Amino acid sequence: MNAALYSTYARTKSRIMFGLCVAFTVLILGILGLVTAYLLYLGLETLSLRFFTELPTGDPNAPGGMKHAVVGTAILVALASVVGVPGGIMAGIYLSEYSANSMLGAPVRFVSDVLTGVPSIVVGLLGYELLVVPLGHFNGYAGALALAFIMVPIVARTTEEMLRLVPNSYREASIALGATKARTILRVVLPAATGSVVTGIMLAVARIAGETAPLLFTALGSRLLTFDPKHPFPSLTKQIFDYATGPYEGQKRLAWAGILVLVGLIFVLNLAVRYFSSRSARMAGR
Amino acid sequence: MTQLQTTVPGPRSLAEPLLPKPVSRPMGTGARADGPAALAPSEAKTIIHKEVEAEKQIVAVESFQLFYGKTQALHDVSMQIPAGKVTALIGPSGCGKSTLLRSLNRLNDLIDNVRIEGAIRFHGQNIYGPGIDVIALRKSMGMVFQKSNPFPMSIFENVVYALRIGGEKRRGVLAEVCERSLRGSALWEEVKDRLHDSALSLSGGQQQRLCIARAIAAEPQVLLMDEPCSALDPLATDKIEDLIYQLRGKYTVVIVTHNMQQAARVSDYTAFMYLGRLMEYGPTNSIFVTPQLKQTELYVTGRFG
Repeated sequence: MNAALYSTYARTKSRIMFGLCVAFTVLILGILGLVTAYLLYLGLETLSLRFFTELPTGDPNAPGGMKHAVVGTAILVALASVVGVPGGIMAGIYLSEYSANSMLGAPVRFVSDVLTGVPSIVVGLLGYELLVVPLGHFNGYAGALALAFIMVPIVARTTEEMLRLVPNSYREASIALGATKARTILRVVLPAATGSVVTGIMLAVARIAGETAPLLFTALGSRLLTFDPKHPFPSLTKQIFDYATGPYEGQKRLAWAGILVLVGLIFVLNLAVRYFSSRSARMAGR
Repeated sequence: MTQLQTTVPGPRSLAEPLLPKPVSRPMGTGARADGPAALAPSEAKTIIHKEVEAEKQIVAVESFQLFYGKTQALHDVSMQIPAGKVTALIGPSGCGKSTLLRSLNRLNDLIDNVRIEGAIRFHGQNIYGPGIDVIALRKSMGMVFQKSNPFPMSIFENVVYALRIGGEKRRGVLAEVCERSLRGSALWEEVKDRLHDSALSLSGGQQQRLCIARAIAAEPQVLLMDEPCSALDPLATDKIEDLIYQLRGKYTVVIVTHNMQQAARVSDYTAFMYLGRLMEYGPTNSIFVTPQLKQTELYVTGRFG
């Protein structure tokens, strides 16, 4: 290479840029590593099978487990998904497939973007006004619906984006074979995007599983194992919040274990997301 | 509509591809020089050779006009498509060939701002008339696209798609139709052991034959092909052309092509379109050997377009 054509100045600038990128990557990874290590250090100390099998004892120094909260979060997330996933997918289908000639498309898209960014405490307040005040007491349904409310715009926008990536030629081929629009969407467009839509759903599940704020005014939390969402309802995040802000050392340690479980859950969900997206890429022959 | 007598060409052998031959008529000086600019089609009348009208018709396009918004894409096109024959639509890019083809199964309905005038009759019934079952129309008009577009499903599911949407559930029927259609598109031997593999694992030429199998599985009467070979290599093209040759008689084929040799090889009739108008339409041999319009002659001999 002709040195005169490649100035030292440009080369230095390029190296500085590269160096900065590397430095910040290391910084980010370092912070993540520190947090994870600290979490593992404190969490593993208390985490045992008893965490999942025992209920709170009431003794602050031997607080038992968080079975009630694990079950509670599972039920809340399941209830929220039952409402939020179909609702989100339908809205996503509307945005991608039906809104082209409609005045509704752009506003719906804008509103769901805004909703994605609304602080989750606001959603909690909405749940409180709509479902707690009328019923007269805190309850699990209000919590689940608040979570569903967070889920819908996320699922809707991912579904929309993913359906838009499905080549138009699939739609044309299906229509040309005499399929109706609805059949084309259900049999060709949606299946072609299944992997990525599932990815979006899992990311939404991971997001709501870690939410605390919307549950504060809705499900409230409980130290009892309950399967009836009509009553104040336990959740991992709220229980962690209570223990971590409380005065007792034993409960604080249990909170760390709870955080570890929560992070583990989100980690597993993300692994599942990677699995599904690579599988759908394979099915699409990419 | 002017009818002119032409010399009736003898039957030609498909083994020897008919290449455009130099035309004997005087051409004027410098064909390039008096190229498209001199070919303003406004005063030109459509020339339809009388052989076309002697054929049994299945589709009749009548004074058909099509507008994309304010742009007119088809100007007063009238042509009849003979049943059981292969009809090629040729012409330079943007001349409306694909638009016309996609009007036949109303696929243009998918595009916004499309407005039409005139009629297209299928078995005498106006497909743009009120009360037409578009679904049934599309089922009787199979379509093969420029870019092969198998669904991201198994080979089997691709072929039986039309049956599935018709609600067919019997495994025996599905398997039988799958085999028959794949044999019909000359793909069976290559894929019979991997029917449940993803259709996207096939090569480009195989995918296109799969799309043909998918189209004929619905037992259409007409097969619309929109430049089916333009994305394929010569060997795959050859296979598709053989297939089109075998499909004639059983199906009415309308094929859009940019490749004039292809039109000459596979079609019985050729329609030359230019700037949204049908210029000349007649037996393929006449169009290529003794065209009556200067534009047709220049186009088929590769001097413009």
